[in-house]
Amino acid sequence: MTEYVVDAQDLTKVYQMGNIEVQALRGASIQIAPSEVVSIMGPSGSGKSTMMNILGCLDRPSSGEYTLDGELVSNLSDDRLSFIRNEKVGFIFQNFNLLKLTSALDNVELPMRYSGKPSRKVHEKAKAALEAVGLGDRMHHRPNELSGGQQQRVAIARALVNDPAIILADEPTGALDSKSGREVMELLLNLNKERGTTLIFVTHDPNIAAMTQRVIHLRDGLVEDLQQQ
Amino acid sequence: MKIILSIREALNSLTASKLRSSLTILGIVIGVGAVIAMLAIGRGATSSVTSSINSIGTNLIFISSGSPSGSTTKVTNPKQLTLDDAEALANTLAAPAISTVAPIVTSRAQITYGSESTDVSVLGITAAYATVTSESVTEGTFITDAQNTGKMTVAVIGPDTAKTLFGASTGVVGKVIHINGQSFHVVGVLKAKGGSTSSSQDTSVLIPITTAQARLMHFGEAKNAVDSIEVQAASSDKVTEAVDQITNILNIRHGTAVGVNDFTVRTQADILSTATSITGVLTLFLGGIAGISLLVGGIGIMNIMLVSVTERTREIGLRKALGARRSDILVQFLTESILLGLVGGLIGVLLAWGITSAVQVIAAASSTTLNPQIGLDSVLLATLFSMAVGLVFGLYPANRAASLQPVEALRFE
Repeated sequence: MTEYVVDAQDLTKVYQMGNIEVQALRGASIQIAPSEVVSIMGPSGSGKSTMMNILGCLDRPSSGEYTLDGELVSNLSDDRLSFIRNEKVGFIFQNFNLLKLTSALDNVELPMRYSGKPSRKVHEKAKAALEAVGLGDRMHHRPNELSGGQQQRVAIARALVNDPAIILADEPTGALDSKSGREVMELLLNLNKERGTTLIFVTHDPNIAAMTQRVIHLRDGLVEDLQQQ
Repeated sequence: MKIILSIREALNSLTASKLRSSLTILGIVIGVGAVIAMLAIGRGATSSVTSSINSIGTNLIFISSGSPSGSTTKVTNPKQLTLDDAEALANTLAAPAISTVAPIVTSRAQITYGSESTDVSVLGITAAYATVTSESVTEGTFITDAQNTGKMTVAVIGPDTAKTLFGASTGVVGKVIHINGQSFHVVGVLKAKGGSTSSSQDTSVLIPITTAQARLMHFGEAKNAVDSIEVQAASSDKVTEAVDQITNILNIRHGTAVGVNDFTVRTQADILSTATSITGVLTLFLGGIAGISLLVGGIGIMNIMLVSVTERTREIGLRKALGARRSDILVQFLTESILLGLVGGLIGVLLAWGITSAVQVIAAASSTTLNPQIGLDSVLLATLFSMAVGLVFGLYPANRAASLQPVEALRFE
């Protein structure tokens, strides 16, 4: 079991929408090995977002077991999940989700502040992460002073600063033009090569899926088939 | 370290919407300013009342005709206080705790000099009055015992009255004034006492008590009746003893049973405590009203924090995704609301200082002395209280923010 960084077995998720029960996941199982680059695809309503939320420890499955980096996380408390997200998950969102009022450096420092690291170390690590994404000269700029591609790179620096077990990228190029989109993808794939970071892309875009090692198709809350590339 | 970071972050987000933050703070500024100012003015009023009561004299006991207010038993055939009563009290063998006795006859009269006239209170007194009330003259002499024995038509006038009649408070001795149409020689001018209540002393006119009884008393009153007797106890620890002796002597002289008095004895301390309790209640009342505005200010904080939580739902979701625990979010929003309260409180202290200075100037312009005192304790109290207001009214919005589920918060548009 521990050979997989992500090991999700028979996940189900039921939402109560008024009087109607919606089954977003109906027993999906996903296993991802360390340093793997995977994309999760599927049409709207396939349970893709729900799967991402559960894999990212933002939500708990209704049933099934989810082991992340050797730790069973499917039944943890909210605060414990916060801790797991902080330690083991890096998020990259379509619309960057940076804090507008603070500098790039502050944005990257944020996850480490929640883990209570000493502030000198926080500073050094954040600087190193920004340099790693090629923004060493933009540390004190605010998000609105950066281009879309640069903003997404700040978000990447923020995602990898705590050395997470997995990085979850939700349509990371969706809000970018094709050139900066390509740059962001290259950056992420390089990080995977250099550091062995596990990457999970959640996307509609077949071009992105084509750049990953494996595509997991979701349909109607189930994993459809595994395409080995 | 963590606290400094959260304060920095809170300041960041508060200064991001400066107008909104300052309007929110305004409620607290007005509330705290009003509370401190009211307490300071109340304290100033208390001390000015206290000082003017003390300026009347020391260790004083006031005796007046009539049963004490609130007494239920009616005295049959009540008697008025008389000069003879005063003489009896002055007997040091019978009343060793009493040092000086000053009987007083009070009436209002019209005083005229040439074309100037004024309506003031005229007191019939003896020479002892000067000792009891620590009055003195700036020119001329006080009323003497000889003038009393001779029922002479002489008067000592207050400095304010002197100014009204003669346009000056000096060089008026020897002039002749008319009190209710009867001529009196001015023999002295009182020294100004100032103060709010003692201003009446500065306008009053003093004449020998026997002259007052003969010329100014109304019909139907006993010939040697007096309106009140002011007694000075031998020392401050003899006041209670003196009150007992007075009560005993007057009970015997008036033929009333013990405990059923046809006169009222009050000490200076009684008056002082009545006055301070009145100003205390007033202060509390004003402070309470001001407190309501502080409450309104607190609701303002709560309102704006709720708006802020809604606006920043996505931010909260993101922070939670990055590993913020419930308590981290709670602390973040509470820091913001407490800061709003604190800054409002500090500016409120400045406002209070402005208000009290203005009140002081206005009071001085209307020639009353009122020195509002902003105590360090009320500043501390207000600061802590405004922080507490921020805390209390921030609790609900902050809790709401902290309870947001990360998935829903991130999806929020």
